[in-house]
Amino acid sequence: MVNEAGPAGQKENRRDFLKYFLGGGLVAWLGAVLYPIVAFLIPPKEGEVEVTSVKVGKVGEVEKDSGTIVRFGNKPVILIRNPSGEFVAFSATCTHLDCTVQYRKDLGVIWCACHNGQYDLMGQNIAGPPPRPLDEYRVIIQGEDVLISKKV
Amino acid sequence: MTPLWKRLYDWVDERVELGGLVEYMGKKYVPVHSHSVWYYFGGVSLFLFIIQVTTGILLLLYYKSGEELAFESVQFITSKVRFGWLIRSVHSWAANLFILAAFIHMFSVYFTRAYRKPREITWITGMLMFFLALFFGFSGYLLPWNELAFFATKVGTDIAGVIPVVGKSVMIFLRGGEDVTGATLSRMFGFHIAILPGLFTVCLGIHLLLVQRQGMSEPEESGHDVKTMPFFPNFLLRDLLLWLIVLNVVAILAVLFPWELGQKADAFAPAPAGIKPEWYFLFMFQTLKYIPAKILFIDGEVLGILVFSAAGLLWTLVPFWDRETKRGRRARFLTYVGIVAVVFIISLTIVGWLS
Repeated sequence: MVNEAGPAGQKENRRDFLKYFLGGGLVAWLGAVLYPIVAFLIPPKEGEVEVTSVKVGKVGEVEKDSGTIVRFGNKPVILIRNPSGEFVAFSATCTHLDCTVQYRKDLGVIWCACHNGQYDLMGQNIAGPPPRPLDEYRVIIQGEDVLISKKV
Repeated sequence: MTPLWKRLYDWVDERVELGGLVEYMGKKYVPVHSHSVWYYFGGVSLFLFIIQVTTGILLLLYYKSGEELAFESVQFITSKVRFGWLIRSVHSWAANLFILAAFIHMFSVYFTRAYRKPREITWITGMLMFFLALFFGFSGYLLPWNELAFFATKVGTDIAGVIPVVGKSVMIFLRGGEDVTGATLSRMFGFHIAILPGLFTVCLGIHLLLVQRQGMSEPEESGHDVKTMPFFPNFLLRDLLLWLIVLNVVAILAVLFPWELGQKADAFAPAPAGIKPEWYFLFMFQTLKYIPAKILFIDGEVLGILVFSAAGLLWTLVPFWDRETKRGRRARFLTYVGIVAVVFIISLTIVGWLS
């Protein structure tokens, strides 16, 4: 063909234009439909109440050599009074796969039932699969009250 | 006078021409050989799925989703609703037997190479249904909102969270937030009763259509003169008899070993001792226990999950890389792989169960 811009070429151009125009329109349309759906599926961030310290009880109420789980905002925290009477507190969420740990009086360790993970009373992972120690919380004794606060 | 059913048939036939379809069904034959028994497990899986749909819909009439309602509503179903205990127990038992039947069906298809051309799509849809069934089990497990389910869901979704790059988003998507809460329950409920059944039905439709269209696969070693029996009514009646037996087995198990409800989930209670996932996840769970925390620079858990995912993918795609069978030779290597898989799954499930 000599003349590029002949009727046939123009037809091709017009067809290409329509192809991209409609194809692009289709993609844009799909995007406009799918975007709200995908966005809907992602849960919104819930405004967490920032808790800095929690009063969990009286010193006299907590037995020596015992452990209890207390609420710290919406997270479980394990408060342990060791056999010598000192208080320690750690995040009760096992660092392995998110189960909640408990104090085993018979073994003298913090134990996770899910995969037999063990931590000592300093929160260090000593046996089983946990990859790192439990996060530590600060225990403050104010008169008779036991308070737990985040370690800064 | 022509009987009623005949008149009804004629009425429909006149409008939608059933004749061709009936003639087509009449031409379907099932090969008879030493491995014919495996043909029944697809049907058994289908029957158990039908039981699940039926009992699931019944449970839906009383079940209430929500942190404060779910456990209580299941308690209500099992204690107050007449035969509620039976329906719930049947739903739980049939779910487990369904996965067992699907396992058997899958392995028998694998070992007889029934996935080979032209049945690749049947195999793929079957595998998709198998994965959906596992997700069905996982999501349904949480619905009673009891202690065991709560921690199983925590662990299960946390495992999804260790997948590199996308893991965290997948975990948040599954949990409906950072933690396992009422939001997770709502999601699992939605998956369990709407999304999964929808997807499953599409796969099942394609799967069954192909089975009808292509007929039953014959084992490679069977020659050209295979004995056959008509699908309708000979094979179908055998199928129905087996379904009746399966229904009885489910009923006996459901009555003699009613499914426990346990303790209500409490986010501020420690995980109970002796906690285990459902048996069909046990072999993976047990394997993860044996993998050291760190291998070179990779987390043991991450490695385990990647290996399991890769194995699942390879298994699903077996019709495409099984060159031996394509060339008409016996793929011994694949038989060994299958045997290793079966032995691995069974032995680790037993070890997991006993430990």
